[in-house]
Amino acid sequence: MDVIIDIHELSKKYKGAENYSVKPLSLQIAKGEVFGLLGPNGAGKTTLISMLCGLLEPTSGAFAIDGKTYESDEKELKKIIGVVPQEYALYPTLSAEENLTYFGSMYGLKRKELKTKIAENLERLGLTKFGSKRIDTYSGGMKRRINLIAGIMHEPKVLFLDEPTVGVDVHSKNVIMEYLTEINKRGTTIIYTSHHMTEAQDFCTRIAIVDRGVIYAQGTPSELIASTPDARNLEDVFLSLTGKALRDA
Amino acid sequence: MHKLRMSIQKELLLLRRDIGGVVILFAMPLVLILAVTLIQNAAYQRSGDSQIPILIVDNDKGDVAKSVFENMKDSHAFDLVTEIDGKPITETSAKNAVFSGKYQLAIVIPENLSSDLQAKIDQNVEKILLSFGLADSLKPKVAERIITKKDVKLYFDPAVQMSFKNAVMNNIDKMISKIESQSIYAAFKEQLGDEAGTDPFENQNFIAFKEINPTVGNKEIKPNAVQHNVPAWTLFAMFFIVIPLSINMVKEKNQGTFIRLRTNPVSSAVVIGGKTLTYLIICMIQFYMMIAVGIWIFPLLGLPALNVDANLFMLTVVALFSGLAATGYGILVGTIAKTQEQSAPFGATSVIILAAIGGVWVPVFAMPKFMQYVAMCSPMNWGLDAFYDVFLRNASIMEIYPEIALLFLFFVVTITIALLYDKKKRSV
Repeated sequence: MDVIIDIHELSKKYKGAENYSVKPLSLQIAKGEVFGLLGPNGAGKTTLISMLCGLLEPTSGAFAIDGKTYESDEKELKKIIGVVPQEYALYPTLSAEENLTYFGSMYGLKRKELKTKIAENLERLGLTKFGSKRIDTYSGGMKRRINLIAGIMHEPKVLFLDEPTVGVDVHSKNVIMEYLTEINKRGTTIIYTSHHMTEAQDFCTRIAIVDRGVIYAQGTPSELIASTPDARNLEDVFLSLTGKALRDA
Repeated sequence: MHKLRMSIQKELLLLRRDIGGVVILFAMPLVLILAVTLIQNAAYQRSGDSQIPILIVDNDKGDVAKSVFENMKDSHAFDLVTEIDGKPITETSAKNAVFSGKYQLAIVIPENLSSDLQAKIDQNVEKILLSFGLADSLKPKVAERIITKKDVKLYFDPAVQMSFKNAVMNNIDKMISKIESQSIYAAFKEQLGDEAGTDPFENQNFIAFKEINPTVGNKEIKPNAVQHNVPAWTLFAMFFIVIPLSINMVKEKNQGTFIRLRTNPVSSAVVIGGKTLTYLIICMIQFYMMIAVGIWIFPLLGLPALNVDANLFMLTVVALFSGLAATGYGILVGTIAKTQEQSAPFGATSVIILAAIGGVWVPVFAMPKFMQYVAMCSPMNWGLDAFYDVFLRNASIMEIYPEIALLFLFFVVTITIALLYDKKKRSV
């Protein structure tokens, strides 16, 4: 396996918290994979992704992405990752083009290249005629698509997606998932979290089911279904491993 | 450099899209400086259209009362009122009108003040001359009358400020002392006679005051309300940049754009540098706008024009470093605050406190000793001192160097704390 993300005994315990949000875990993700992190609310998915994106410092353990670490090579590492957060991380009073110009330039994209990338991505996601419109005039689905473009314009080697289709209409969701599949085929490794089991089952090449900071099971969707008695789909696997109790707290 | 340029461009775009915010950034300081200067100028210059009405109860009807009232009229500060609703004022009606807040001051001149003062002076002069053997032997001896002490009563509206009260009391005291001394001179003159038409006494003040002001070239820099207000309120306005800047940063955190930026290969120095330079540009525009208003708009409103004979380059240097200090403070507030409800009220209140302890409203020398030490900790005090040094004392760059260095240090310290705080938050 050609490993691109190598995690070793990585853990996170927030200051003042009684329990670990992520208990020491080790994981390897291969180049070109679509790796799904599934788990109920508070399972530790976002905490794990936040550590991998450099937003949180781990309590213990280490990891490397494409052989680089934040301690030794932060700037180079940030150049090869793309992040699509769950929130619409965009300036509402700026247009889509202005937002993308700014975020693209932060990745070092300049003038012609930047313009071309913006135009290509807007076209691919059906937003060309809305490019000069302010974000605060967009629908939820349109904002999600711009949010995605802002994270992939620089063609990252590794893309982190935190629930990229939450709250969007079926058409937008379809366009987004198709485009993500296309990006993955071009060689980008994708780490993805979602609550949509069907979407994850169709999209991911490998899945880890996480709960209370621990990986309960991992494998391809079909392996996970096969290894769980009476499971017909990924949702059955998920409920079997994490239980049916509500996780509101 | 490209990333920094794009950051500045983005900040400017965000400001441009918030027209209301931009108007507030530039219009409010203008309204502030115009209002404050017009009010202060009226308070200190007391032109004809801003006279304070004073109730007069003249029970004396003599020369002393006449002289007091003439002096007050000549000062152009007071409008002497002798009737209310067409009726002559009595001590009781004056007292009621003042204590109810309709008027701020009433003066009651006691009965026989002039005649008793004259009689007292005559008695005293005669006693002195007698002791020197100079008394008029032909003048018939009159039995000495007991003259009681007279009180000029002043009734003040309780809402009147202490400073106003003191100023009025000092002025009246001065007037009465002058009248007394003039009466004494007149009494001596009358007793000693007028030899060959010469006046034995020089009635003019021997000691006089002459104010010497600093000069730029051959021109005297004469301080006035405008010279004091423009630097003070310009600094105040510059520090109010803390509010929009901190709100901008809190919004970025809430929108998630701040998180996105932290995952981008861009250093905090570029992000903070973009904000610092953008808001510094705003501060400098505010500064030049206030200077322009002082020079060209104030005279149109009957105010003295701002005198900028002082070096504009030096003023720009002071404004630049003051702007840096204000921006650094705004970035610190924006980094620590979690919500706009935290950043806006805290930013506004803390700027008002810094202004108050920095001497924007009350001069530092007039503060209690302890507060004078506290004032030394306010960046607005350093900026104000530097502005006054350039504006009013014609100081050189070396003379304002300590204040400039402190302002820059304040910027460095606030930015460092903001960066450390942000780093600490990441490791939670």
